[in-house]
Amino acid sequence: MSQVNINTKAIPTEKSHVKTRRKIIKFFVEAFAVIATLGFFGIPFYFVIVNALKNRQESSLLNMDWPSAVHLIDNLKEVISARDGMIITAFFNSIMITGFSIILLIFLGAATGYVLQRRVSRLTPFFNFLILAGLIVPPAVVPTIWVLQEIGLFKTMPGIVLVEVALNLPFTILLYRGFMVTIPKSLDEAALMDGCGRFRLFFNIILPLLKPVSATVIVLTAVNIYNDFVNPLYFFPGAENATLQLTLYNFMSMYVTQWNLLFTNVLLISIPPLILFLIFNKQIVAGMTSGAVK
Amino acid sequence: MNAFSKRTYSYYFLLPAAIVYFVFFLLPTIMSIFFSMTWWTLTDWKFIGLENFKTFLTEPSLNIGFKNTLIYAIVTCTLKVVLGLLLGVFLSSKLRFSGFIRSMVFFPTLLSTIAVGIAFTMMMHPSQGIINVTLNAIGIIGPDWLGDTRIALLSVAFVDVWKGVGIATVIFIAGIMSIPQDYYEALMIDGGNAWHKFKSIILPLSRPAMNTVIILSFIGGLRTFDLVWAMTKGGPGFSTDLIASIIYKQYQAGFYGLSTAGNVILFVLVSALAFPLYGYLNRKEVDL
Repeated sequence: MSQVNINTKAIPTEKSHVKTRRKIIKFFVEAFAVIATLGFFGIPFYFVIVNALKNRQESSLLNMDWPSAVHLIDNLKEVISARDGMIITAFFNSIMITGFSIILLIFLGAATGYVLQRRVSRLTPFFNFLILAGLIVPPAVVPTIWVLQEIGLFKTMPGIVLVEVALNLPFTILLYRGFMVTIPKSLDEAALMDGCGRFRLFFNIILPLLKPVSATVIVLTAVNIYNDFVNPLYFFPGAENATLQLTLYNFMSMYVTQWNLLFTNVLLISIPPLILFLIFNKQIVAGMTSGAVK
Repeated sequence: MNAFSKRTYSYYFLLPAAIVYFVFFLLPTIMSIFFSMTWWTLTDWKFIGLENFKTFLTEPSLNIGFKNTLIYAIVTCTLKVVLGLLLGVFLSSKLRFSGFIRSMVFFPTLLSTIAVGIAFTMMMHPSQGIINVTLNAIGIIGPDWLGDTRIALLSVAFVDVWKGVGIATVIFIAGIMSIPQDYYEALMIDGGNAWHKFKSIILPLSRPAMNTVIILSFIGGLRTFDLVWAMTKGGPGFSTDLIASIIYKQYQAGFYGLSTAGNVILFVLVSALAFPLYGYLNRKEVDL
């Protein structure tokens, strides 16, 4: 796509002419890109939004026409009150699971990434293998349920949180370890020379310096855990344990034809990731550069 | 130095992470090898050897999962790499709307897979869905995207790409942006054009980014469950059943041993493909 807008084989005598031609081509390429993006990514969003505004009859047509009257408020009321306010429980559960998991992931991941980057020993290949295994090997479902049952954490909040932490740890460690490279080791030595203990060194000096990558961890794993459907389905079942992804699911089988409510539900649960995105938008590329792509 | 290192960067720091990782990931994984060879009710088990594996490999409704999983992973991975690279190159050049386009491309990765799956299921409705309505308007009779056994798997894969290409794009942008500017300047002096720029600078130097994208999307594809479950539940017939959705079906039916055997098969498959791929890509990276 980008080949078009840079034409370096310009003939010097026609410089200004070529320049305007290039500008025009560039304009068309940009316009095309914006229109293509709007069509490809925008239309599905528009489809969901417009159907969330409709009443039941109009939404059942599944088209993209603007509704004759906006029913968003009614739809919201119905979605929130459905199944005795199940979505409120689900919001609570999802946010608790996500919040606790992230706090644990930041502390455990940062501590691990810090030590693994700083201390290279004969055990290093073994640790690398464990991290790689955690990224590659899919979790064993039923045995995990069995373990959770044996220690009494099946269908509990701590249980699902610990499973999410275990499964997201390898990626988190990878990000922290990658970022640690950018913090000079002489800083540690200076701090220790000044009489700083090793715990204080980590908590008071290193951890605050890891803020940029912590932001990346927050965005990526929060979205991951918040949107997770599979793990709550297996390890956190039951109506009182509903998470937002599962409500969406129950909702669809319950109101097979009430697409307006379903799409309102979709909109409602998409708000937290949207807020996160708006806050951390710039951090995403920066974090990727420092962590995932060495 | 070694004593200093031991004292300062104590392995005790790893203990909490190690415990959580061991109990909730490693232990179940190791145990799954044993339980896959049992007839299991969670409270009671009976050792039956390789019976579960035999069932899994011979039963047509179960072993179709292999073929589907491989097709799905290869299709989604290829498309994400190609589209992600094109978008990455395009969006890392100077454009007026690159911020807007980047946000649009990235946003689907933040959405719930289930929600995306449901929305696309409706848009792919054979007669009412907006995709076919649009096609009809320009005189093409669109297929039954999710109801036709020959294309249902590809339709789901397409939605996966729609949702996931944003991550690939961001990784490529990060990779391309980290290429030092002097390379481009040197090329300009030598009179290279945009194609040379792409071929001899961007392509080889964004290799680490490309490897990350390949590995992430290939493994993701092999392990997919939620999107298939939201869109087709493995149907029509078993045409979109992936190993991960078969594992869930067997779990739901109470065949815990069989389900665990499926898990073992899945992780053998993923490991057999992903570890060598990882090694191969990393070696290539060093050569450059």
